[in-house]
Amino acid sequence: MSSSVFFGSATLAYFIAMMLYISYLAFRKSAVGMIATTITVAGFLSQTAAILMRWGEFAEIGQMGLIRAVPLTNLYESLIFFVWCLILAYLVIEFKYKNRSFGAFITPIAALALAFIDLSGMSKNIQPLVPALQSNWLLAHVMMSFISYALFAISFSTGLMYLIVRSEKKNEPSYIFWTVTFGIFLSTLIAMGLDFMTFRVAFMGKQELIKSYLFRATFRNESSAVVMLSFAATAGLIFVIWRFGDLLKRIILSFNISAELLDELTYKSIAIGFPIFTLGGLIFGAIWADQAWGKYWTWDPKETWSLITWFFYAFFLHSRLMRGWKGRRVAAVAVLGFVAVIFTYLGVNLLLSGLHSYGSQ
Amino acid sequence: MTENNKGIFDRIWDIFASVKLAVVIFALISATSIVGTIIEQQADPEKNIKVLVKMFGFDHETAYNVLGVLHKLGFTDMYHSWWFLLFLLLFAANLIICSLDRLPRILKLVQEKIHPVPVDYLEKMSVRRSISIKGKAAGVRERVSAAVKDIGFSASESAEGQALQFYAEKGNYTRLGVYITHLSILVILAGAIIGIFFGYNAFLNLPEGDVSSVAYQDKGREVSLGFDIRCDDFEVEYYPNSEMPKAYKSWLSVLKNGQVVMQKPIVVNDPLKYEGITFYQSSYGIHPDGYGRGMVVLRAAAKDGRSEQINIRVGEKFTIPGTTVEAHIKDFSPALTFNEMGRANTFSEHMINPAVYIEFYDKGVQKFSGWILKRNPKSWELPDGNRVEFVDMWGVQYTGMQVRKDPGVFIVYLGCIIMSVGLYMSFFMSHRRLWVSVLEEKGSVKVIVGASANRNRASLERRIDKLMNALQSDQKGGK
Repeated sequence: MSSSVFFGSATLAYFIAMMLYISYLAFRKSAVGMIATTITVAGFLSQTAAILMRWGEFAEIGQMGLIRAVPLTNLYESLIFFVWCLILAYLVIEFKYKNRSFGAFITPIAALALAFIDLSGMSKNIQPLVPALQSNWLLAHVMMSFISYALFAISFSTGLMYLIVRSEKKNEPSYIFWTVTFGIFLSTLIAMGLDFMTFRVAFMGKQELIKSYLFRATFRNESSAVVMLSFAATAGLIFVIWRFGDLLKRIILSFNISAELLDELTYKSIAIGFPIFTLGGLIFGAIWADQAWGKYWTWDPKETWSLITWFFYAFFLHSRLMRGWKGRRVAAVAVLGFVAVIFTYLGVNLLLSGLHSYGSQ
Repeated sequence: MTENNKGIFDRIWDIFASVKLAVVIFALISATSIVGTIIEQQADPEKNIKVLVKMFGFDHETAYNVLGVLHKLGFTDMYHSWWFLLFLLLFAANLIICSLDRLPRILKLVQEKIHPVPVDYLEKMSVRRSISIKGKAAGVRERVSAAVKDIGFSASESAEGQALQFYAEKGNYTRLGVYITHLSILVILAGAIIGIFFGYNAFLNLPEGDVSSVAYQDKGREVSLGFDIRCDDFEVEYYPNSEMPKAYKSWLSVLKNGQVVMQKPIVVNDPLKYEGITFYQSSYGIHPDGYGRGMVVLRAAAKDGRSEQINIRVGEKFTIPGTTVEAHIKDFSPALTFNEMGRANTFSEHMINPAVYIEFYDKGVQKFSGWILKRNPKSWELPDGNRVEFVDMWGVQYTGMQVRKDPGVFIVYLGCIIMSVGLYMSFFMSHRRLWVSVLEEKGSVKVIVGASANRNRASLERRIDKLMNALQSDQKGGK
């Protein structure tokens, strides 16, 4: 059996778990919650097996040792690993805080990310490593970067939920901030979905880089009418979220999630993610760059954006520890920090050029 | 003292000690860096005009003017501009002053020894527990002492009348973690400055067989190495049956006064280092003089096992050792492939699969002819049982190397280690304080526990619960 079977069952499991978690929230039957957890764990194990199998296959094809054959060398593999980290972090939270409510928010992200991989038709082939990536640092640098990305993703969701819960009036800055952020986030996802639906049918070419058709169906369309319409639709979506945002607040509150818990989770995931990001992302990255390129820091777009991300979270920690800032302002920083993370991970590869161009295929 | 009475020095100090300035500097560095990631640095202006046209929809004229303004402001090479260095300097100054500003208070906290507190203070602690144990205070005292030791604290004891108190603390020095992290950033910046002033980055394209005693910096400036470097061979290895490169490999020799003092093959991720100068595999290419200057290296092996290495040029001929078979090299291709019709054609200018076309004669009569390809060992076998192996096409390719001297890099690495230690102390350790009061009551003894931690209270709480469980089970076991 090949790894793809296990990847497939993991995707399926996360989809079923997503539906179960949502119905658990709706009906509050603890048996449903138990099944949801069991299926998530099963999906996680299956995905773990799949990653390990791919690792083995990779080592065989690339004719190299296991340490260097870590399957984290392109966009497909990195997304898979990101989902794996996310589910792991979620399971830890579920067992530690004895709260299943987050499942309804995390499993959809996992399931959608995996479905996105399938829909996008990005290359799933195992490709041998190019010379620049043949290093033992690949394992530590990339793996730790993605673990921190997953932790930052969690702080983003809990930070956003915190803002939703804590905002009272529709004209408050924090209310406007979260509705706009959430609206942009959703419309970006929808726009990417539209890209795939449009261009998968038109090109059917798997070799086509995502880069070349990102937002071409909407914001970067040739027809300016479509572009205008896309922006209008985004504005409309933001308005709808703004108008009915308090509904979301009531839903979250009814799920037994308190603002204090959200604040703590935001802080904890950043307090763990930040040192991992510093060590694995920045320090190990610098040492590797020094070995491969002869420069530990080149102000390459990826490096620069990691530094910007690092500043955001350093600011988050300082504002919380030093100035006693708590609550909404800090949560907003956590949310913005993740925007920088997304740009570091995807934006740089898709929009800018530089040395770190491995992930764009 | 009001704000107005402060001296100018104090005011400047206060500005530099504030987190607000840090935020402003973070924002300045980030915002300008974003521009720096969009505008390609030290690049051809045409390239950046294209970027501006594509990203912002400017027409060519506007893009040209915008780029002109950006160039004047230093954004086309912003990481070397005076204002970006100023931001970094401000960042360093802010870091130093805000650390110095807070350090005395923290040092006091670190050095201050824990002392006993009145019992009613314990009730205000962030972690507090109490339990009543039957028995005499003297017996309970032993048990408390043992249990406190069990959870990893070494406690002091104080007795005031009837009240007995144990007090202990751990990890007071971890409060310095933040300052160690700040220090590490300064160490890294210092390492970077040393690198800028005492090191260089240069480049060297060295054809196979050539020797150089210099490398080249920007604008063709020569920098002397202090020794000679020779490229003995360069090769691109490919994955089997594919055009995907597996390794770029240069065999280098270091020479001093004509003597070879070091030899090492380098690949990407594995450079050669000699006397503080490091050579990195960075690129490769074909010598401008082309394939004409190359030497074909073959190994001819006769049926009887005798073999010999042949260095030969296209147009020349050789004899297979111990036989009368003569080979005439007629043609060369850097990348040969056969199409469906079986016809040979060259598909690349790069040496992906070099091959030579050889005609074989025996006593003046042409016997057979064909292509011998480097990556197809089957093509090496001749119909008469002899063999001609393709070893290399030598002297045509050059290896492109990054040449670097950076005496600051060790300091940067040291800074990285300090940073890891500092972050670990700041995030995964904490300063914990514990007080345990033992009070004699009628027929029983009351034990009151109060504890605090500057972070990660939950893990302290788990330890205190362990302590309480130990005391409780002792009680059951004893009675």
